[in-house]
Amino acid sequence: MQWTRPIIDGGWMAWTFPVALFFYSLGAVLVVFSILAIRFPETPRRGILGMQTTRGDRLFITLLGSAFINLIWLYFFGAPLTGALIVCLLYLLSVFRWV
Amino acid sequence: MAKIQNNKAWLLVLPVLVLVAFSAVIPLMTVVNYAFNDTFGNNQFFWNGLGWFEEMVRSERLHAALGRQILFSGIILAIEVPLGIFIALNMPKRGFWASLCLVLMALPLLIPFNVVGTIWQIFCRIDIGLLGRGMTALGVDYNYTNDAFDAWVTLIVMDVWHWTSLVALLCYAGLQSIPDAYYQAARIDQANRWDIFRYIELPKMSGVLLIAVLLRFIDSFMIYTEPFVVTGGGPGNSTTFLSIDLVKMAIGQFDLGPAAAFSLMYFLVILLISWVFYTVMVTRDAGGDS
Repeated sequence: MQWTRPIIDGGWMAWTFPVALFFYSLGAVLVVFSILAIRFPETPRRGILGMQTTRGDRLFITLLGSAFINLIWLYFFGAPLTGALIVCLLYLLSVFRWV
Repeated sequence: MAKIQNNKAWLLVLPVLVLVAFSAVIPLMTVVNYAFNDTFGNNQFFWNGLGWFEEMVRSERLHAALGRQILFSGIILAIEVPLGIFIALNMPKRGFWASLCLVLMALPLLIPFNVVGTIWQIFCRIDIGLLGRGMTALGVDYNYTNDAFDAWVTLIVMDVWHWTSLVALLCYAGLQSIPDAYYQAARIDQANRWDIFRYIELPKMSGVLLIAVLLRFIDSFMIYTEPFVVTGGGPGNSTTFLSIDLVKMAIGQFDLGPAAAFSLMYFLVILLISWVFYTVMVTRDAGGDS
């Protein structure tokens, strides 16, 4: 049994587990950040881009940027995205540190 | 003084959230799922991993459509924004003529997209259309069905006709909010017309202008109906913009996987640009207050 098969064979819209996992993680990240925002209210700060960002803004910048990093990696190097994910991790750390 | 925070109000957003989940979020998730699968119909799907993304990100066809799209949006903005400002500056400020202008300006905005397309499609035909026949009679070699340049000119003129009013009306609203005292002060200082525009009108208009640019950009970046009706993406592929190409791929060829990957990239580009606009707007407003 491959993990990339449709979850329900011949089922509606052929949902697959990897995609579901992606959305579960995305949902989990959003929930975690919402809880963080309620427990530890955010203070906007001005980073190297010269604009005010809160924790949520930085998350958005990270996610959107990561999508583009992956696409650019695909364009230049092709399929295995391991390298792109390492770049994304570095990008995530720098966004949360400096932006 | 600390503001009272009451997060219970968020519950009021719940109905909209449910609605949006069914009309937008779940379909979008399905698109993501399709982008990783291949199908030959019959509701049978096969995992294709990153294949479609790899194919689409390097596809000449997509690059060409993206190039045309950026060119189109660029030209539209470069014409409509200055023209809209110019019209707004020259509209009567009050009275009967002001109302008449507003109504006339609003007319093109009220016409459904496919009707606009049909109007221009017929208007420009060289056998029966007023413009097409007129141009031919004047000796201009104009035929939007077999000349790429003519097709582009037709689409651009049509979009300018359809949407410049929006820019003009927004700018007009911005201009109306400037108190007379500003102009009186300018007159006392013997400011010339350009200075009044540069230091009074433009700064006061810039807020609505930014919204106008954002709206026009997004609308023109996802334009589908009008070019589809007028040129159908032709001649050849010369006016096949992103959304036209996307529909051809998804529904014409029934290549769900590539089309899904394509549309996700399209979505990401729009998201990025809208976010940049939004950030600029918010940053500007914050800067203006402090």
